[in-house]
Amino acid sequence: MYRETQILNSNTIAPTTARDLAMDEAGAGLVINVGPQHPATHGVLHLVITLEGETIKKIEPHLGYIHRSIEKMCESLSYRQFIYVTSRMDYLSAHINNHGCVLCVEKGLQLEIPPRAQVIRVLMDELTRIASHELWWGAMAMDLGAFTPFFYAFRERETINDIMEETCGTRLTMNYMVPGGVMYDIHPNFQRRVKDFIQLFNSKIDEYDDLVTGNIIFQNRTKGIGVLSREDAISFGCTGPVGRASGVACDIRKLYPYEVYDKVNFDEIIETAGDSYARYLVRIKELRQSVRIIEQLIDNIPEGDFQAKTKAVLKLPKGEFYSRVETARGELGVYIVSEGGTTPYRIKFRSPGFSNLSALDHMSRGCKIGDLMAIMGTLDLVIPDIDR
Amino acid sequence: MFIKEYISDVFKAVSSLLKGMKTTGSYFVRPKEIITQQYPDNRAHMKLPERFRGEVVMIHDENNEHACTGCTACELACPNATIKIITKFDTTPEGKKKKALDTFVYHLELCTMCNLCVEACPTSAIKMAQTFEHSVYDRNRLLKKLNQPGSKLRAGVE
Repeated sequence: MYRETQILNSNTIAPTTARDLAMDEAGAGLVINVGPQHPATHGVLHLVITLEGETIKKIEPHLGYIHRSIEKMCESLSYRQFIYVTSRMDYLSAHINNHGCVLCVEKGLQLEIPPRAQVIRVLMDELTRIASHELWWGAMAMDLGAFTPFFYAFRERETINDIMEETCGTRLTMNYMVPGGVMYDIHPNFQRRVKDFIQLFNSKIDEYDDLVTGNIIFQNRTKGIGVLSREDAISFGCTGPVGRASGVACDIRKLYPYEVYDKVNFDEIIETAGDSYARYLVRIKELRQSVRIIEQLIDNIPEGDFQAKTKAVLKLPKGEFYSRVETARGELGVYIVSEGGTTPYRIKFRSPGFSNLSALDHMSRGCKIGDLMAIMGTLDLVIPDIDR
Repeated sequence: MFIKEYISDVFKAVSSLLKGMKTTGSYFVRPKEIITQQYPDNRAHMKLPERFRGEVVMIHDENNEHACTGCTACELACPNATIKIITKFDTTPEGKKKKALDTFVYHLELCTMCNLCVEACPTSAIKMAQTFEHSVYDRNRLLKKLNQPGSKLRAGVE
């Protein structure tokens, strides 16, 4: 009643902020802001949430707090230079972002990649995927109130970071992939250390299951929460573990195999429940599949060059090129329009996080505000990937 | 029937919690698996891998000679204008004028450690160093001149 009179009295003043707009639409509802600086959003994501009591009526994500215009920046960088910027999109799967870009450039140049470089690339991709899922597992458990898993996850992730540091030189933004192969050969210790890690990690996944997967509090907070049906997952364009948890077979590694993914045996994990628990299970099972891929490849790295011969200045022929890779979050598409010069005319990235976030409103309507953390945790959002 | 289910649920819940506590508790009696490093107390024996990218440095030998010809390949390869090469003209003994390096300006504050300059260098004059403690109080101190004073081009490097 008070709100109505307030609106009547102030109908000459146009609503200015997003919160005002949402309040006018909400009517009797309560509008709260989550973010941009909120610990559970893992980045600067601003959610305007309309509540009725404790029930979520509507969620409106507001983006742009970490927009760095990466696509525009790439237009002024050469085909060797723009790859390092893409590490900063989805910084948790930096290798795989770089992989998507070099695949697109190689498609334009029609380069043949040496088999050794292909295997090294796939190994790095899968190690990155494990590292990314580990961070998600720890951070998500922490969102739901469990603190110990965070340390356990980071302990194993540290081992991967050390392996990356030894071979690629940096820990997060590696810039290890170059058009034509990889920047330098693997470190002599690489194979031994990866094998040690795999041996350690197999026992640790069981520990993760004991600690979180079977936990009754965790199950009660995730089962049946944030259900996304198969049809909705397709229409929202959800890919990666979010899409596969809803029963969509959308693994690019299986659908459009690149590098040596068609030669290794692994299962595409598909769950049908579509709730937060299913998304959790898909990622935990994907950890084991990544380990399986690494186990098959680590002893079979072919001898030979790690880099194909390329010209000093790369020039893509006039035309449009598209490549897609499966990052830890879903499908990353790289679209390059070339006018024949040394820099791309236009670059577009189809990032998985953006599409997955768009389903958040649909998934969380009718849930309680406390469930939002479980839903957002299992969406595995990386905000720089959404904003770019 | 309801009460039976209720009680079994309670038992299942308690057992799942105990299972998790067992995992946590097992680390309590295995303190050797703690991997925390006490930085900066471990500085003396902390070793970074040789490929670690800390900052770009120019390699100088014992005669204070480097291999940089001032070709600006690294400047062109750099995506964020971190490197600026200032060249000068030296006079060779034959009386000819020859382009040579005057100052290798390196902006550490702009560098993203992408290693493209090191890859581009035709004479391997620069490399990545394993330093990482770059904090200073004044940002001007991050602007570095990589060639040492009085250094010159090594004979035979073209």
